[in-house]
Amino acid sequence: MTTRIADRRPAALQLFLTGFLVLWLIIAAFPFLWTLWGSFKVEGDFFSKADWMNALTGPLTQAETGAAFTGAGYWGAWVQEEFWRAALNTLIVVVSVVCISLTFGTLGGYALSRSPYRYAFWLLIVALVFRAMPPITLVSGYLLPFFQWNLWGHLPTAIIVLVAINQPFTLWMLTSFFRNIPKDLDESAMVDGCSRFQAFRHVIIPVMWPGVITTGLFSFLLAYNDFAVTAMLLSKENQTMVPKIASFLGTTQTKGNVMFAVSSVVSVTAPLFLLVLFFQRQIVSGLTAGAVKG
Amino acid sequence: MKHRTFLWFMLPSATAMVLFIALPIVSVLIQSVYAPHEQVIREVENCTLFGCTTSTVIDQEATRALREAEPLGRFVGTAIYTDRNHLALSQIGALWSASSGIGDFTGKLLNLPFYGALAFTLTYTALVTPLSIILGFVIALSVNAVPRLMRGPMIFVSLLPMIVTPLVGALILFWMVDARGILGAAMQALAGDPDLSVKASTPLMWAMLIVYGIWSSAPFAFVVYYAGLQTVPQDSLESAMIDGASRWERIRYVVIPHLVPLTTFMALIKIMDNFRVFEPIVSFNAAAHAQSLSFFIYSDLGGETRLLSSAAATSVLTILGVVILLSPVLVRTWRSFGKGAA
Repeated sequence: MTTRIADRRPAALQLFLTGFLVLWLIIAAFPFLWTLWGSFKVEGDFFSKADWMNALTGPLTQAETGAAFTGAGYWGAWVQEEFWRAALNTLIVVVSVVCISLTFGTLGGYALSRSPYRYAFWLLIVALVFRAMPPITLVSGYLLPFFQWNLWGHLPTAIIVLVAINQPFTLWMLTSFFRNIPKDLDESAMVDGCSRFQAFRHVIIPVMWPGVITTGLFSFLLAYNDFAVTAMLLSKENQTMVPKIASFLGTTQTKGNVMFAVSSVVSVTAPLFLLVLFFQRQIVSGLTAGAVKG
Repeated sequence: MKHRTFLWFMLPSATAMVLFIALPIVSVLIQSVYAPHEQVIREVENCTLFGCTTSTVIDQEATRALREAEPLGRFVGTAIYTDRNHLALSQIGALWSASSGIGDFTGKLLNLPFYGALAFTLTYTALVTPLSIILGFVIALSVNAVPRLMRGPMIFVSLLPMIVTPLVGALILFWMVDARGILGAAMQALAGDPDLSVKASTPLMWAMLIVYGIWSSAPFAFVVYYAGLQTVPQDSLESAMIDGASRWERIRYVVIPHLVPLTTFMALIKIMDNFRVFEPIVSFNAAAHAQSLSFFIYSDLGGETRLLSSAAATSVLTILGVVILLSPVLVRTWRSFGKGAA
């Protein structure tokens, strides 16, 4: 593709922008590479008092384990501290949250996008206010009733709470998505004798998947990245990965155990890398959905 | 769409929001005006040969019975809001009359836990929001200047700081600025002070938290601006060139007006997100130097003694803060869309 005339830049500006970009890419990526590399070393190397270069060369790792890399941190976290249990819990929570939020969200979002009345608009504004509230303020409202009714500590409780906290965002995103599907589509189905629900079921559902996948990605991220709700509402045996990492920090400050936290941090980040790798286009379109349309 | 059908479609979503967002707000409001029961104290008379003495003991059984019968506690009205850990009205009065000047007063005011947390939260929001938007804008300009083929991988790398779990991203940075980590060592070398430690210094801790905030939220601004730059009307740009507009004038009169609505949208989202700053403080173990409103609630809720009433009062104040922050948007929406939508 030839450069458009309007895109031509003076050489100095081009040089500055390129230099800046390289700097930013290093700032964005280096911490992850550093931690990934360091997670295969022993604590004495990753947190080296003598020389930061030790984290790269790993003399203590060589001395203690006889090899340049060690999987001791991963073994300690996944097997000894049973991080696999937390991973399983995360899987259950995340899959359930995504499925339930999308079901609730598509129904609600469709209704909001098709209602001509004023209350639909105000519902969206209320959802915006709900979206702005820090989740931890709601958590302090849950604790007492949940203790009283013995709901505290179980996975289903955390799942339904996360679904609810997810709803405002899901509704906003899906409403703006459904608005882009022409009204004529479902209205002509209704003229042909479908009920509103049949029109939704047979006409809208087949064409809504791109928007649902994008929204699903963000529900996934919200549930996967959550700390406030899962840390306060789940009992120790039902903990998900993120609170589990936080508990590594609190209790196991003895030598070597900090590497459990480092290796589990790498383990938590890996699925997110894959997610961005495969769904980059959807994530970008989702982030800009609200903005570009104004 | 008929009201009835609308209701059925909205029902699952609305029920979830009412049960787990609206009712908890009510629950927080109620909890914030009740305090835990005090221990029941009983007077016991001990009689010996030399006469009788009365002493007071804690009646464990009665205390437990009372707490089980009324789990909410006793009604105290607004006492929790005005105590030392929240609005601290009487302490402020005392400080005001005792302090020598406005600087002295502010310094002492920030030592009160609620005002300290409020100050950090507001500083964080006020600095991170504009700085991350500016950084994101420059990144978008630079990515826009490289050949199209290379942009995909660059967007991939740029998204990482935002996508990663906040607790985890903050930990990764924290380990690097640890006195024994690579950035910590670099800072010590630059400052020429081998004992320099982020963990020990309040200003450094604040700075690091803000740096983390910018690092993690710039990608969002970048993506939005990048998408915006793709849709800048090329015709207007080229006709401006024909009319003799300089590079700067083209940016000033074509590109920037096109990007202003995006900026408003982004600022709104970012203010909401930054106001709830929480995870980095857990990761950085920063509670001694910086507390945010969310962290303040979290530390009340955690631990052996769950201070539910205190957390509830802070929550109510935080929700008020959110509503105040959002009020310009709400008022504007009320005026513009509210009339047109009916």
